[in-house]
Amino acid sequence: MPAEQVIGMGIGLASDMAIMSLLALSAFLLLVVGRISFGQQAYFGIGAYASALASTAAQWSLAPALAAGCVAGALAALALGLPTLRLSGLQYSVATLAFAEMLRIVLQGWVWQWTSADGSLAGPAGLDGFRDIRWLLENDVSEGEFLALAAAVLAVVMLVLMLLARRRVGVALRMVGHDDTLAAAAGVPVARLRLATATAAGALGALAGGLYAHRTTYIEPALFDPMLGVHAVGYALIGGMGTVFGPLLGVVLDLGLLDATRVFAGWRMVVFGGLIALFLRWRPRGLLDENLVHGLSQRFARRQRLPAGRPVEIAP
Amino acid sequence: MDISIELLQRTLDGLMDGASYALVGLGLTLTFGTLRRLNLAYGAVAMLGAYAGAWLHLRFGVPAWAVALAVVAVAAVAGLYVEWMCFAGNADDTPMARGGGPVAGADAREVVALASSFAVWMQLEQLAVNLLPRHLNPFPSLAANAEWALGPLVLRPDRLLLALLAAALCLGLAAWLARSRSGLAWRAAADQRVAAHLAGIDVPRVQRAAFAAACALAGIGAFAVLAVDGQVTPMFGMWVLAKGLIAALLGGLGSVRGVLAGGLLLGVVEAHAQSAFGAAGRELAGWALLFIVLLAPWRRATWRPAHAG
Repeated sequence: MPAEQVIGMGIGLASDMAIMSLLALSAFLLLVVGRISFGQQAYFGIGAYASALASTAAQWSLAPALAAGCVAGALAALALGLPTLRLSGLQYSVATLAFAEMLRIVLQGWVWQWTSADGSLAGPAGLDGFRDIRWLLENDVSEGEFLALAAAVLAVVMLVLMLLARRRVGVALRMVGHDDTLAAAAGVPVARLRLATATAAGALGALAGGLYAHRTTYIEPALFDPMLGVHAVGYALIGGMGTVFGPLLGVVLDLGLLDATRVFAGWRMVVFGGLIALFLRWRPRGLLDENLVHGLSQRFARRQRLPAGRPVEIAP
Repeated sequence: MDISIELLQRTLDGLMDGASYALVGLGLTLTFGTLRRLNLAYGAVAMLGAYAGAWLHLRFGVPAWAVALAVVAVAAVAGLYVEWMCFAGNADDTPMARGGGPVAGADAREVVALASSFAVWMQLEQLAVNLLPRHLNPFPSLAANAEWALGPLVLRPDRLLLALLAAALCLGLAAWLARSRSGLAWRAAADQRVAAHLAGIDVPRVQRAAFAAACALAGIGAFAVLAVDGQVTPMFGMWVLAKGLIAALLGGLGSVRGVLAGGLLLGVVEAHAQSAFGAAGRELAGWALLFIVLLAPWRRATWRPAHAG
């Protein structure tokens, strides 16, 4: 295989990984507050359609189009979260799945086309999907530049989440996830935090969808099937619940090691599925779980010598 | 044909469809009733059984009755495997274990069971597809071409038989759980693990038996549904899980008689939605019905999964 082709494949794979990591982070956020969503693919789809419409029908530039997708995803997540987050864990999971499936079926029937500048029909065409989302091509954005953009977006999102995790709100979110009754008794606004998290997760999923739509130039409702959402949850669970790097690790393991190398060909899911199930017996909260993360940060903290002779100030 | 007859005919068709939903939902609700866990690999277990049966039929020309046995046996063995992989180890003594109500929040064990049963779902589905890689595979057909006329209505005898089988299995299982000593042990193990253990019940063994039985029921359901269809596709696993889950949840997850009612309700709603809005409307109506029932305030207030009721 020529070198350029290998590099091209690598760039494509890395872009896919960045996009899937964003979606996995969106599932991860809900897992942190103790909810499993099987419907994050809905926000991925909403973001993809909304930002693609913004950059084709409304001729917006990429950044505002992605932002519009995020807003659409956040609003949808808020609207779904208000009635569903009061439900128990299992009922919530099924309700999110039902919502995502309803959205997918509606998108399958949604035809809204117009004649584009070159005379061809553009816009969502139901089952046939939404073709020619050509902002990247029209503006000469190379695959490498797109990868840089996707990676930068992912890095910013992870940085924000890491900073939040160290603050009171991050601790409060963990409390809600571990025991919501105890958290409520300690004065943590459980319902509001869950709703805010679900909204942020919707925006993240939509961001991933917007990036995906512009990268592939073509989207169809069948892409947003339950498999996508369940994979996002799976990545977060394999990688680990302890840190925001967990979902990333899950994506790298699946897309990077198993999908890309094609070692097992048709037996990939047989091997991978068995490995995950065995693995979850041994490590139920993922590779980078809370205990490991806590242990590592303790070790790191011990190395940093405290200045002698000064009392250690304990933050209120 | 006037409108009321047409409505009646559609309702009748819906009831027949609904019976097959109840049939595939029965095992799912039984698993939940005894383990308090949702088995996501349920559809894949049914699919693996069906594919093994179709493979035997295609390769060796095995007769239908032997195919039925093979489907049920493979599904039960696959069920034992799923139980061992996903549900056996994490049943007790995890630090985050909670007493919790029947549908307690997404505690750690629930998350793990969901995730690992999803992984096994992928595994079994791929295994089935590797066995028979084509999209459409023939299945021993027991479909009858005859149609019975009930006055102005028509009814296919094979589908009536399927509906009777579903009703008999649901009601029989409910009666067995309510009346027999083993049924009592199953319910005790589900309700109060510790108390059941102290009363001398081997809880893990009961759970294993219930799990295998649930998956064998999935095999029976799969064979009955596919024998009427005469073919099997890779979409079958997802179909079993989605329809079974909706039927089981509509009837109150864990309730054996409820799944019959839930399946019939789903079937009737879908049949009417299909004639009004087409195939997409049928799918949409099923999910919308589930969504509404989950959110309905009167439902939440009375949400108490019963195993035998």
